[in-house]
Amino acid sequence: MSVAIRAENLSKKYILRHQPGKGRHRYVALRDVLAHRFTQLFKSSAQSNNGTHEEFWALKNVSFEIKPGEAVGIIGRNGAGKSTLLKLLSRITEPSEGQIELEGRIASLLEVGTGFHPELTGRENIFLNGAILGMTRAEIKRKFDEIVAFAEVEKFLDTPVKHFSSGMYTRLAFAVAAHLEPEILVVDEVLAVGDAAFQKKCLGKMQDVSKSEGRTVLFVSHNMEAIARLCTKCFYLAKGELQMTGAPSEAIKAYSEHSKQVSADVDLAKLPRAFESTAEAQLLRLRSLQNGQAAWCFEYGTPLEFSLEFSVSKPIDDPEIGYQLFSITGVQLASTTTFQSHRLGRLSSGKYSLKIKIQDLFLNPGTYTLGFSIGLGERNVDNVPGAAQIEILPTANSVEKRLDRIWAPLTPAAVFEINSI
Amino acid sequence: MSRLIIKAGQAERHYWADLWRYRELFYFLSWRDILVRYKQTAIGVLWALIRPILTIAIFTILFGKVAKLPSPIPYPIFVCAGVLPWQFFATAMAEASNSLVLNANMLSKIYFPRLIVPASAVIVAFVDLLISLVILAAMMAWYHVLPTWRLLALPLFTLLGLAAALAVGLWLSALNVKYRDFRYVIPFVVQFGFFVSPVGYSRDALHQKLGDTLLGRIVYDAYPLNPMDGVINGFRWSVGGGSGAPLDLNSVLISIGVVIVTMALGLSYFRATEKKFADII
Repeated sequence: MSVAIRAENLSKKYILRHQPGKGRHRYVALRDVLAHRFTQLFKSSAQSNNGTHEEFWALKNVSFEIKPGEAVGIIGRNGAGKSTLLKLLSRITEPSEGQIELEGRIASLLEVGTGFHPELTGRENIFLNGAILGMTRAEIKRKFDEIVAFAEVEKFLDTPVKHFSSGMYTRLAFAVAAHLEPEILVVDEVLAVGDAAFQKKCLGKMQDVSKSEGRTVLFVSHNMEAIARLCTKCFYLAKGELQMTGAPSEAIKAYSEHSKQVSADVDLAKLPRAFESTAEAQLLRLRSLQNGQAAWCFEYGTPLEFSLEFSVSKPIDDPEIGYQLFSITGVQLASTTTFQSHRLGRLSSGKYSLKIKIQDLFLNPGTYTLGFSIGLGERNVDNVPGAAQIEILPTANSVEKRLDRIWAPLTPAAVFEINSI
Repeated sequence: MSRLIIKAGQAERHYWADLWRYRELFYFLSWRDILVRYKQTAIGVLWALIRPILTIAIFTILFGKVAKLPSPIPYPIFVCAGVLPWQFFATAMAEASNSLVLNANMLSKIYFPRLIVPASAVIVAFVDLLISLVILAAMMAWYHVLPTWRLLALPLFTLLGLAAALAVGLWLSALNVKYRDFRYVIPFVVQFGFFVSPVGYSRDALHQKLGDTLLGRIVYDAYPLNPMDGVINGFRWSVGGGSGAPLDLNSVLISIGVVIVTMALGLSYFRATEKKFADII
């Protein structure tokens, strides 16, 4: 037995449906299918196939081998296929092509607290969540005290988790997962939740699992330092393909080199919306106004400058256009709209370009997601939550992102004055 | 150490073994749904009694007293033995049909045999049925209907009802994942089924009223195709006591056949689509 996971030509295809004039529904209505069939009867076949279906390869011809006891980090930009790979390995969805061989029991942790029920107590949820993750009742009973101690929720065991603070909830959920004992553990970006102290504890636990207990670990993260510390090997994925396999330091280097070559222009019209957009206005393009070859990499402390293009189809009064800045885990960190700085007044129909300069933000080095939105009064008109991923590069002045220190995403200018009293 | 090969387009080889391995999850999901069902309700478990009691009362007044439908056993017991299995079937089927969509988050984050979800939803309705059997027992005592050895067959008919609910539930739950229209179909099936199942009347009474016309014969012959006809029939026969309602063995056998066919087709449809659930839910 020398291989824990072997993947051969692994591919996953999704069919994207584009319905003109409608938002993206993830499911179809029978009504629409029947209506479509019916209209097709009266159309020639060439006409009916008006490009409403598009194939999308989330993963393409990925082959690799992982030995037992290896800790493998998987890195890549959003949409590179990292999560798809984990979903295939953990059997949530089946591959379109290729095959996977797994040696040993696999447990996956793609989300913290899957199956937690708000009405159930902490104690009840431990058992439920354990069972969902594949533990037997005897196993959970044996580890119960350990789990409770790890989560630090002894006092609230018999309280419904809906009354838990989000920190307690996360701690409990991670604690259950951390006490799984599979031969292969698959983990998706879950360490990034909770406070710094708990993150450190989780990372330590992961280290134990791979180093001392000799289990195979696959770990997706945007936290390069965690990857470098935890992993013995690293996969770098881009556009569904495995770009390189190697030592974490090399893969991380290749990843950051590669992210510098991304085009400065983003076609927003094609990106998913947070909700169905209305017809009045639409976000079209986003361009980074950063000089230099790395369009989406900004040095710590420098202003973030963009130009946002949008179209207005009928005259609108005083739209509220703004940006939202998210951490890599989806926590919204900052947002400003035109209402706070410069009201736009009435816009007649046509195309516009809006320059946005975000300054004095002092975002710490790391990866963030930018979203943009247009609102009209109380209504949302258009919203692209994942417009661009930006990278903040460290400089001599920046605080280093260190896991063993309290870390926050922002270091705003603050005045400290000391007086003896 | 277990070895697993996942191949594109290949049916799961260890499917049934896996289902067995995940039996604790089945147990926990059922337990969760039972616990949650009556949490934060003022009268809790009493809900399982109130619905059938009210239905039985209305039926007794409308059909027993006003319409004076014929019945071989005291009419309230006759209705009770129809309402309990019907409400069990209706709840179980509706819960099973919505179960996959309700647990969408779990389906897209964790692997387990998906069959567990609709199956555990049926169990919740089963527990409700067990509770509501108290009503039946109370009524039998009130009308001095003594239980006979036939009562031993009651679990078998309950099982048949459970299988019928699961069979339909498998179909509807899988279809519901792909076409959300089916959530509108489910209440309709429940309402429609209530009238075409012999909840407040019997097939014989229907036959008498319709007479020996063509319509009467068609209705009479097609009636047992509804599996609940066999189940309700069996319930009445089991609890009817010595004088009892006769058992229409023919109808029961047809019901069993229909359930087996529906179940087999439902299972194969479910299994054929289950791997795509996480992609489309």
